[in-house]
Amino acid sequence: MIAEIGLAALWLAAALAVLQMVSGAAALRTGPAGEANPLAIYARPAAVVQAFLAVLAFLLLLRAFAITDLSLKLVASNSHSMKPLLYKLTGTWGNHEGSMLLWVGVLAASGGLLAGFEKRLPERTMGATLAVQGFVALGFYAFLLLASNPFERLPVPAAEGTGLNPLLQDIGLAIHPPTLYAGYVGLSVAFSLAMGALLTREVNPSFARVMRPWVLGAWVLLTLGITAGSYWAYYELGWGGWWFWDPVENASLMPWLAATALMHSVSVLAARDALRTWTIMLGVLAFSMSMLGTFLVRSGVLTSVHAFAVDPERGAFILGLLGLYIGGAFTIFALRAGAVAEGKRFAALSREGALVFNNVMLSAILAIVLLGTLYPLLTEAFDVRVSVGPPYFNPASAIFAIPMLLVMAVGPLLRWKSDKPARLQFELALIAALVIGVIALVSFFGRFPLLPLLGLGLAAALAVAALLPLKGRKLARVPVATWGMVLAHFGVAVSLFGMACEGAFSEEKLAAVAVGGTEQINDFAVMLDAVTPVAGPNWTAIEASLAVRQDGGEPVILTPQARNFWSPPQSTSESALLTKWNGQLYAVIGNQAEDGRWQIRIWWKPFVTFIWYGGLLIGLGGILAIAGRVKVDVTRRRAASKGDQRRADLEALGAVAPQPAE
Amino acid sequence: MKAKHQRLILVIIALLAIAGAGLLAAWSLRNQANYFYLPEQMASDPPEVGQAVRLGGMVKAGSIKTEADGVTVNFLVTGNTPDAIPVRYSGILPDLFVENSGVVAEGSLGPDGVFLATNLLAKHDENYVPKELEGMGTEQAAKMAADTTVGLK
Repeated sequence: MIAEIGLAALWLAAALAVLQMVSGAAALRTGPAGEANPLAIYARPAAVVQAFLAVLAFLLLLRAFAITDLSLKLVASNSHSMKPLLYKLTGTWGNHEGSMLLWVGVLAASGGLLAGFEKRLPERTMGATLAVQGFVALGFYAFLLLASNPFERLPVPAAEGTGLNPLLQDIGLAIHPPTLYAGYVGLSVAFSLAMGALLTREVNPSFARVMRPWVLGAWVLLTLGITAGSYWAYYELGWGGWWFWDPVENASLMPWLAATALMHSVSVLAARDALRTWTIMLGVLAFSMSMLGTFLVRSGVLTSVHAFAVDPERGAFILGLLGLYIGGAFTIFALRAGAVAEGKRFAALSREGALVFNNVMLSAILAIVLLGTLYPLLTEAFDVRVSVGPPYFNPASAIFAIPMLLVMAVGPLLRWKSDKPARLQFELALIAALVIGVIALVSFFGRFPLLPLLGLGLAAALAVAALLPLKGRKLARVPVATWGMVLAHFGVAVSLFGMACEGAFSEEKLAAVAVGGTEQINDFAVMLDAVTPVAGPNWTAIEASLAVRQDGGEPVILTPQARNFWSPPQSTSESALLTKWNGQLYAVIGNQAEDGRWQIRIWWKPFVTFIWYGGLLIGLGGILAIAGRVKVDVTRRRAASKGDQRRADLEALGAVAPQPAE
Repeated sequence: MKAKHQRLILVIIALLAIAGAGLLAAWSLRNQANYFYLPEQMASDPPEVGQAVRLGGMVKAGSIKTEADGVTVNFLVTGNTPDAIPVRYSGILPDLFVENSGVVAEGSLGPDGVFLATNLLAKHDENYVPKELEGMGTEQAAKMAADTTVGLK
């Protein structure tokens, strides 16, 4: 019964998406006297109810996984009654249908939030926005219901489930996909708002202020999702790497790059009424990248180390949706963009100028990543199979990232509209001195690869430059949103420092060690104490006990495992990490050689943790920025409602109501 | 300068930067992309010695041999024909690296005809190779590998 209710909820939600679309579109047609179309009132309630239904469908599927309802095909092929409860729950989205249902659930929920709480937009723009949101949702409902029904029953309930890929049986699956999906889909609201504003020619600062929290929110979620995903891949895959330029990783990076550009440009639009069409274009681009990412991950057209739940046949369906939405959006953009009036002007040397430069650089990096990701698909059409890896991505993206980071150091110090370089002589000299000084200092101690070396110099300069906007201000009076910017920019420096250190100073040791044998890495002596079999709830493992002594100090025991899961039968390697303030020791146990020795692989990665600390700081900065904006907005709304109250009182007293100022 | 002119200049700058990125990408992709070889292709038309390529196929049953240092393994990769390419790899084998399963080896061909792998990728999909595969012949297994290793045909 439960599954049928879930399916019915999905069909109803799809029907409501149609209503939302029609009613929203009706809002665009006003009567001859300018009165609102009577059909238009249904769009908001339709969006809210649709959100409830889609979330309900997801919760019902979650319940089916929690109780391991083996009469459902999806549960039977992806879960197992012996699995720990947490992994039963997270397994809901560890497969194709479930993850698409999560996608649609978040899409509907964000549409519902927009319809329920956003009252600042003109009704026509809101109607157009909800119509677009309904149209997007409808496509994905169709995809779920026609091509990947999560509630499909088995003719005969299975005796036992097949289980979940052991690599996915990790706390990472609980955090990473939902966060990333919420970020992907949050961008759908930015997309709908952009289309709505474009259709009704309402591209102005008050529209930007409505759009900004959505962009910021989606961007924060994407940032945290990517950070979590990177750390998860780092410890779960056991390869010691934190970013592989894998198609699935790129699929999450591309929307992030577009969202980063969009977030900055929407701020310019809100503060200065410039970059109108550019902001709309980025809004379309960001969500297009989200959908492209979903397509790349879901369809399995590209070989990936992280891809789970791929299905090439369904890829065609998503590709169709992708063509429809992206093609449609860019067609409307091309037809309407000319009608958007130009925004305010600014000099090349101004904060707007710096933001435009960085927007262009981010777009260029996006182009590099996009082309590199799609190149294998392109060549496959000519029957040549290639793969594209770090030798392409690292230098090609660095060419644009380095100027971007340099401008990012200076940008926040510039004034809006126009500025003089003479005013910033001290700051510019300081930044240049830090970059050159650090690079010279590090090169003095040894020969390191070029990119990490540049990264170290830039990280030092950025860290200092990020704090410079606070110089000469009363810290207690700095707006919360400014703190957010400072923190996020500082986070970029921290992250960059971690990446550069990992690239420049990592040490690695690979050896076959007998029990009792010792290996030396950096100033750690690692002794293999024992190798013992251990068992978990649904796995057995070989566990190595490594005694790690730093400079002959007290030993710390690390226990890397080689796990064997029985359902599905698969083995994984669990790395063991020793985290110090200045880096991580990363140990993996491999197979036993024929002579009884054990393969051990150890890395010492100085400051590698800073990569993810930086990511968290960037996300936290985004949260502060949202909090700051919301605070200002609430104050403004309260003032406005007080004004309305007073006008209403005056009217009640019979006085002539003053005309509201436009 | 009028607002219209400024917009035009911005559009031109943006287009130039994106086109620059595109050209840079096209140029470096030609040089940096790793070409993918099936064992039979590598046998009939080997890549240049030292050129970074990928080799994908099935790990031949009974071919995995570990050297005396305990960390270097040698094995054979087969495809849809009897051709087998010897591969040498130093490191910990990936979790799903077993005989008769699909593998992608990144590396380059050595002068002695041995493929020196710097990295081994075994597919980790929840659609793992089913039990039925055990006891299959090489050809059938290769077909299964094609299905389980996405992107391999």
